[in-house]
Amino acid sequence: MEPIIEISHLSKAFGHNVVLKDINAKFYQGEVVCVIGSSGSGKSTMLRCLNLLETPTSGDILFKNESIITKKIDINKYRSKVGMCFQSFNLFNNMTVLQNCMIGQQKVLKRQKEEAKKIAIEFLSKVNMAAYINANVTLLSGGQKQRVAIARALAMSPEVLLFDEPTSALDPEMVGEVLDVIKNLANEKMTMIIVTHEMDFARQLADRVMFMDQGVIAEEGSSEKIFSSPENIRTKEFLKRVLHQ
Amino acid sequence: MLAQLINDVVNIWEKYSSLYFSGMLNTIILALVSTILGCLIGFGCGIIQTIPTYKNDNILKKGFVFLLKAIIRIYVEVFRGTPMVLQAVFIYYGLSYFTNNMVNFSNVWSCAIFVVSINTGAYMTETVRGGILSIDKGQSEGAKAIGMNHFQTMLHVVFPQTLRNILPQIGNNYIINIKDTSVMFIISFTELFAVHKSIAGATFQFFPSATIEMIAYLTLTLISSLLLRLWERNLTTEKSYQLASLDQLTATSGILNSPYKGSIFDERHIETDKGEK
Repeated sequence: MEPIIEISHLSKAFGHNVVLKDINAKFYQGEVVCVIGSSGSGKSTMLRCLNLLETPTSGDILFKNESIITKKIDINKYRSKVGMCFQSFNLFNNMTVLQNCMIGQQKVLKRQKEEAKKIAIEFLSKVNMAAYINANVTLLSGGQKQRVAIARALAMSPEVLLFDEPTSALDPEMVGEVLDVIKNLANEKMTMIIVTHEMDFARQLADRVMFMDQGVIAEEGSSEKIFSSPENIRTKEFLKRVLHQ
Repeated sequence: MLAQLINDVVNIWEKYSSLYFSGMLNTIILALVSTILGCLIGFGCGIIQTIPTYKNDNILKKGFVFLLKAIIRIYVEVFRGTPMVLQAVFIYYGLSYFTNNMVNFSNVWSCAIFVVSINTGAYMTETVRGGILSIDKGQSEGAKAIGMNHFQTMLHVVFPQTLRNILPQIGNNYIINIKDTSVMFIISFTELFAVHKSIAGATFQFFPSATIEMIAYLTLTLISSLLLRLWERNLTTEKSYQLASLDQLTATSGILNSPYKGSIFDERHIETDKGEK
C-alpha cells in the first residue's frame, strides 16, 4: 500500500539548535499514529513540518508520492487537505463559532455561503457544538474551543488530520470530551497523526506508536508492542517515568 | 479687560463667522479624508511589511519583496523625519520646478490632501506594523493551517483584530491632523488657521481672533474624540449573541446575552474588562 504521507531524511534546525535529525517515517490511509516522547524531543516540530508551518532544513516530505517541498506545488491547497488542530486551539477571535468553521470553506475551497453553513453545522453537530454557533469563541471553555477547532478542520474535508497535543492546555475534566471526539473520528477511519502526552489514550487508540527522543524516532511499532514490550532503552525509561509515577 | 475681549470677539464673530465656519469645514474635510487615505496607505504597507519569505521561494519573489520592504522603510523614515510644512512646500513647488511647469497640482486641495495623507500614512505604517505584531501568532497559524494565503489571513483574521487594537492610535492621528493641517496655509490652503491670518491681518485684532481659533479648534477636537470613543466602544464590545438552542440541558455558563457596553467616559482595562459589570 502506498503511504499517504512519507517523510524522508527530514532535518530541521533552528540556528545551531538541531531539533530533527534525519527522520524517516510513513503514514498510511485510515491509520491513527500517536507520537509520544518527552518535551523537546521534536514531536511538535515534526508535525509542524508536515503542514509546512515550519520549513524543513533538509530532507523531503511526500504527499501521495508528490514532494511538497522541492516541487512547485500550491502550499495553500496542500494545507487545506491536511487539517491541523493546535494545543492553543487558534480559533479566530474576531468571529463566531459558525464563522470560524465557514471562513476557510468560503475563501479557500470557494464553497457558496449556504453550502459552507450546512457543512459547518453538520460538523459542529458531530462535535456537539451546534448549540453554540452564534457564540463568541473567546467565551467558550477550553474543551469547547478544541471541539470547534476540530470541526473547523473537518469542514475543510481534509484527507489527514494532525493534532498537536490537543489536550495539553485543557483542564483535566475537559480532556475526556475532546478525546471522545477523536475516538469517534478514529472509528470512521480518519487518517490522524496525533502528538500526545495521554498514554492511555495512545495505547487504546493508536494503530501505531512512534516514540521520539532527541530529534530522532527512537522506536516505533504497534501500541501493544511499544507499551508492553519496548526494546529501546530510552523508550523503557520514558514509559517507566510517565506510567509509574 | 475680559469684557473688552468678549466684546471684540463678538464683533469679529458677527462680521466673519461665515469665514470661520468655512475654515472649520475645510479643516475637517482635509483631516478626515487624509486620515482615511493615510490609514489605507498604512494598511497596505503593513501587509507588505509582514509578507513572509521562505527559504525555497524563488529568488525573483524574494528580491521583489525585499525591494518593496526597503522602499517602504525609506518612505517611512523620510516622511516621519521631516516637518510636514516643509514637505508641503517641497512637493507643491517641487513638482512644477522639476517639470518646468508642465505638471502642476490642479488645485491646493489635491496637494494638501496628498501631503497630509502620505505623512499620516508614514506614521500609520508603523502603527499597523505594531498592531499586527501584537496579534497572537496562533491566529495567523490557524488561518494558514486551513489553507488561507497571506492576503486572506491578513484581511479576514489579523486586520479586524488589529483594527480594534490600533483604533486609539487612529483617533490620535485624526486629532493631530485637525491641528497640524494648519501648516497648509503655506501653500495658500484656506483652512481654519489661514482664516485667522487673513482676518487678523484685516482687522489687526490678533488676540480676539486667536481666541476664536482656540475655541474653534478645541470644539473640533472634542467632538472628534467623543465620536471616536463611541466608535471604539461599538467595535471593542462583543455583539450580543444567543444560544441557537433553547435546550435547558445546554450549558449556558459564560454565555452572555447582551454585555454591558459602559459609557464612553469609562476607561477600558484589559484585565478587568470582561464586558460585564
